[in-house]
Amino acid sequence: MIGHLPLASFTGAIEFIFSPQESNVTGGKKVGGFDKSMELLVKHLEVTVLALAIALLIALPLGLYLGHRGKGEQLAVGLGNAGRAIPELAVIALVAVLIGVGLPNVAPVLAILGIPPILNNAYVGVSQVDRVTVDAARGIGMSETAIIRKVELPIAIPTVMGGIRSAAIAILATATIAPLAGVESLGDFILNRNVYGENGLLAGAILVALLALTIEGSLALLQRRLTSDGLKVKTA
Amino acid sequence: MRTDQTRMRVLLAALAALALTLGVAACGSSDDSTTSGSTESGEAGAIQSNPENGKVSLTIGSKNFPEQEILGEIYAQALTAAGYKVKSALNLGSETVALKAVKSGQISGYPEYASTALTSFFGLEPEEVPSDANEAWEKANEEFEKENLQAFEPTPFASANAVGTTKETAEKYGLKTVSDLEGVSEELSLYGSPECRQRIDCLAGLEKLYGLKFKSFTPVDIGLRYTVLEKGQADLSILFTTDPQLSAESDKFVILEDDKEVFPAGNVIFVTAKKVAEEAGPDYEKTILQVQEGLDLKVVQELDARVELEKETPKEAAKAYLESAGYVG
Amino acid sequence: MGNPLVLAAGEVGGDFFKERDVGDLCQAQTQHVFCFDWARENIDRFETPTVQHLQIVIPALLIGFVVAFALALLAHRIRWLQPPLLAATGILYTIPSIAFFFLLLPLTGLGRDTAIIVLSAYTLQIIFRNTMLGLNNVPDSVKDAARGMGLTSRQILWKVELPLAIPEIIAGLRVAVVSTIAIATLAVLISAGGLGTQMYGSNLTFPTSIIIAGAIVMLMALAFDSILLLVQRLTTPWRRAARA
Repeated sequence: MIGHLPLASFTGAIEFIFSPQESNVTGGKKVGGFDKSMELLVKHLEVTVLALAIALLIALPLGLYLGHRGKGEQLAVGLGNAGRAIPELAVIALVAVLIGVGLPNVAPVLAILGIPPILNNAYVGVSQVDRVTVDAARGIGMSETAIIRKVELPIAIPTVMGGIRSAAIAILATATIAPLAGVESLGDFILNRNVYGENGLLAGAILVALLALTIEGSLALLQRRLTSDGLKVKTA
Repeated sequence: MRTDQTRMRVLLAALAALALTLGVAACGSSDDSTTSGSTESGEAGAIQSNPENGKVSLTIGSKNFPEQEILGEIYAQALTAAGYKVKSALNLGSETVALKAVKSGQISGYPEYASTALTSFFGLEPEEVPSDANEAWEKANEEFEKENLQAFEPTPFASANAVGTTKETAEKYGLKTVSDLEGVSEELSLYGSPECRQRIDCLAGLEKLYGLKFKSFTPVDIGLRYTVLEKGQADLSILFTTDPQLSAESDKFVILEDDKEVFPAGNVIFVTAKKVAEEAGPDYEKTILQVQEGLDLKVVQELDARVELEKETPKEAAKAYLESAGYVG
Repeated sequence: MGNPLVLAAGEVGGDFFKERDVGDLCQAQTQHVFCFDWARENIDRFETPTVQHLQIVIPALLIGFVVAFALALLAHRIRWLQPPLLAATGILYTIPSIAFFFLLLPLTGLGRDTAIIVLSAYTLQIIFRNTMLGLNNVPDSVKDAARGMGLTSRQILWKVELPLAIPEIIAGLRVAVVSTIAIATLAVLISAGGLGTQMYGSNLTFPTSIIIAGAIVMLMALAFDSILLLVQRLTTPWRRAARA
């Protein structure tokens, strides 16, 4: 079976990450190595962060506002469910052929994949804040935006951050196939087996997995910092 | 408020969707057997089915672009007509993956371009690739034999990489040959497949042998090579000389003449393991050589057009070719 | 390039060459969005990929559910297992499936089995966490009442706690199902077939095929989601539908 690489290939992959190797394609140039791995890692992060920022800009205020007003539940929740059903490969392929290749085209479209979880969780998080608390805040004369900022959002942080974490991972995962639309990322190692070889293939997979775990861990830590102590009753 | 009415509607919708999914699942069938068209009559050119071959199982592979898949299908269907048990493993990847697959026994053989074999596998410089098809084949075969592999004789048609652009760009910069890019290429963006950077019959060759430097190189999937030109994102793109778009849309796209012969044209030679050829008997090589005789440039361009433009499947296109040429009833 | 081979027995008939005007051909325009004629004539091309897709998704969901459910029951009994199990399933969830597919290559190779394993692992956290949530949310008063009536721990679990936890469990299942159906499109990258085949390779630049395959994926997700919603309605007649 072609896929059965020996287990020793994991060590090969680790080597690939750190030192350049002979390419499978003759042409004399070596591939892989630390510089290249870091270059692609940074590019992967770039497109992820950019798309996440766009998604946050659009979905976070909208979700918080809708949740505060208690309106648009169908939109927020429906979009959340529908968003999960969108196959990322279709999205990337359609961007590449209909809109264009390259970062300016791909990043906004990746943002679309991040909007549903952020919108959904922002809405749910804010709308589930006890109405009594909100009314009390209104009673003491707080403005609507102040209520969102100082009362609802702090309480909703765990849920909202949960949505942001989901979005970040979804975008990061799709960024792995972004090379199909001309955006370089760690996915290059995985998708271009003929250039980077079996070692590159595994190296790419390892790096993507580590990156995802790191981002998730960092966001989880951030969530913990942002969650006020009064809310930290149960873990996760 | 959920009422019984809503409940009914949800139930009906769910059942309808379920029925649709199950209906499709029931109708679907596993589809990896190739068409068998064994003939009995002595019609000139028709492939004869030999029951002896039924004992032999073959797996035909191909690289990952349409022309390759069509060739793979043609060989697979032809061998089935000759009575072999054939499976196909098309779309393996690029040449290094395919070669590994032959060496490891995962596939019996696959179609390779003689020029690619010589430059990619055996390290020849492009100018060392013989322009005569038979010479190129013999040279490649020599090298293959050292690894217990074998290449069958070449097809009539040959294909090569080419630097392509839109008609407007060519006229704007006065580009007829690749050498015309000197002095101009620094302003132009080049798009090609990811391995193009490393290949001597691609970007590496353009830089080294033509001495060209480009404004940028962007790696994109082979399938996008015309899209990026159309959308104006690419000034230059790496195309193939057998592309149907070049004749069907000749008012849009042009290729630049390879005056320094950096892009050697390759006829297709079928690469297989010696052991496989021995065990499969004489009909193996005979059928493959027989069925590829009809593959001249015009025919291959038509095949490519059917798949890339009309979106026929390689299987359908291959079948049409085999029937039209009388190989298969 | 010269080639002396002569066309012998295989002269291709003139009828092989079609007259075509690329301008007229919808699917030849790379910038088309959807070709209805082509879609109508070639819809059967999607049958096998759809079946393959189900052949990946259904086993993955079954395995994922059984394993996650068993783990949840275990962690319900042995409380201190909850955090580590949550963390472990969390890791499997966070690792992007595409990376996971290739991480398993040296061990399980290309093909459907690897896809099923990865997708099952992906669903573990959602189902596990929701099952735990459902069980933990059963009010103590109810459990006390049941104990008072003389039910054993096991009977309480199966006759009281689990039925009450069904909405949460199914909520988790719904998310798992929809996500799995979407992610299974990537199985094409490890030669496992599925609807991704109609979006990749030569179909990468063929919008009509991509859109049809994508629509089938989403319809499939909708179908499964609706069925689960129905199951929930039928198994919890005492409740109005909880918010999804």
